[in-house]
Amino acid sequence: MGKTALSDHDLALKSVQLRKKTLAAIFEAGAGHTGGSLSCLDILNVLYNRILNVSPENFSDPNRDRYVQSKGHSVEALYAVLADRGFFPEEELETICHYKSHFVGHPTRHIPGIEMNTGALGHGLPICVGMAIAGKMDNAPYRVFTLLGDGELAEGSNWEAAMAAAHYKLDNLTAILDRNTLQISGRTRDVMSNEPVDEKFRAFGWAVKVVNGHNFAELTEALSKPAEPGKPTCVIANTVKGRGVSFMEDVAKWHHGVPSDAELKQALSDLDAAEAKLKEVA
Amino acid sequence: MSAPAPSMYSPAAKAMAEKLGLKMGRANLDEFAATLMELAKADRNIIAVTSDSRGSGKLGPFGQALPKQLVEVGIAEQNLVGITAGLAACGKKSFGVSPSCFLTARSLEQIKNDVCYSNVPAVLVGISSGVSYGALGTTHHSLHDLAVLRAISNLILIVPADNFESRQAILAAAKATKPVFVRFGKAAMYGLHKPETKFEIGKAIQLRDGNDVAFIATGETVVHALLAAGQLAECGIQARVLSVHTVKPLDTNAILKAGRECRAIITVEEHLVNGGLGEACASALLQTGVSKPFHIVGIPDEDTVTGSQADIFRHYGISMEGLAETAMRLLK
Repeated sequence: MGKTALSDHDLALKSVQLRKKTLAAIFEAGAGHTGGSLSCLDILNVLYNRILNVSPENFSDPNRDRYVQSKGHSVEALYAVLADRGFFPEEELETICHYKSHFVGHPTRHIPGIEMNTGALGHGLPICVGMAIAGKMDNAPYRVFTLLGDGELAEGSNWEAAMAAAHYKLDNLTAILDRNTLQISGRTRDVMSNEPVDEKFRAFGWAVKVVNGHNFAELTEALSKPAEPGKPTCVIANTVKGRGVSFMEDVAKWHHGVPSDAELKQALSDLDAAEAKLKEVA
Repeated sequence: MSAPAPSMYSPAAKAMAEKLGLKMGRANLDEFAATLMELAKADRNIIAVTSDSRGSGKLGPFGQALPKQLVEVGIAEQNLVGITAGLAACGKKSFGVSPSCFLTARSLEQIKNDVCYSNVPAVLVGISSGVSYGALGTTHHSLHDLAVLRAISNLILIVPADNFESRQAILAAAKATKPVFVRFGKAAMYGLHKPETKFEIGKAIQLRDGNDVAFIATGETVVHALLAAGQLAECGIQARVLSVHTVKPLDTNAILKAGRECRAIITVEEHLVNGGLGEACASALLQTGVSKPFHIVGIPDEDTVTGSQADIFRHYGISMEGLAETAMRLLK
């Protein structure tokens, strides 16, 4: 089994530590998608520690849960979580985007733990519909999850897949929306509004839950089981882009901004303080 | 009373077909559908995925006989390819079936990323390819598909010429461990091969030997090359005919052999003259230092003339008479 027995407090501590590793990896790579990695990190932490039946040991088991990261650009957070779960040694994070590295700047199946190559937006949900249909055909116990960005929802292929997921009553499918409300050019509502996004998914035949995407208990509750029999689940996770680093939070330029030496130092100092505070409470 | 549909073959071409002992078969698409049904009845993991295309893909009987093995996605080709890839990633042998014009243009990114880059063993079946839709026009033609698919790595690209190659292509695709694209037209086709012929992905089949000129052809144009070879023989010109059913990986050995042994090379394809089989052959020949009189027969880079597939073929010289004339001109 892939699940761990971490408390909310343990997960909070781990998230801070993984944020530091994510930032260090982006700094080392000289490239990456900082803001979105930080916004989805708590979601990934909950998925890989509490929800997904996925581990290095069972990764070839046909009955493992499937996770496809549709917002592939937030790969640094995913790589950090996979390293933490033992899919590969943590030192390898230092090779992200380096010449001849297997660690491409978007998810690739060359890396243990990655199901599908993603990065072009609007691809994860259709793939997951296919995976979920396969699961239904086989009466298999696995669930299928994807993570979407809110800017990504402008891609029409998402809505083709949303229609099909409801048509085929795929209650083994959960789409998580990392709703950080920012995309590369600015506020999603200004670039191409997708609101009311909850009503859109409901109108397409999905069961929708809205949670705080940085609250471990809320995420766990929403992701633990399908929301409604016979319907795919959409978990809208309200998040903050750049979460955990004061000067990056809710600032569009950190979509793919890479911290300078000084900025990294300041960011790590923010996170060190958060870590120390959490340890005090413990 | 409407005018009779124009035939793909002139009376002289029909007479030549008879002389060469060719028998008219069914559409390659019918052969595909029958073969897929046969395979799927024996293996419940074989799944057809359609985008409101089960009728045009001749999969109506499949859907009736094996409803649990057919996934309908509606008119949504991007979703068709994504779902086909997802099914393949979870152990299904999925065949995504849709008209080539939409499949290879609207959902090209899904072919590139979800299927080829992710390397799932999915099969994509482009139906009514080339100018099969005839007078329906450019929206429905796929004259770019070989070019764009050639430019995507990790894809086997098969264009069957007759019922035999169609069946063999589907049998091979069902066993393949990497992505395959098979391109079909919808016209009834003459049988070109003996049943004992060996079909192997990536190996062209020589239908006729000769050293004066080589016709290197693919798909539904191969028969016209074979008929032209028959006509040329009556003038004492010996034409070699290669059926290049696999456009990628290309059988460069057979092409270079033809280039070295024949006085002239003519490639034939139901595709724009840009980026398809012809340019692939030219590249193989020139990079090996083989330079012979060379001509690419296909659809030129212009607004395609309006008409049936037969009209369009004849207009651009994809016919027994047109190809024989091209050969004579090249050999002068």
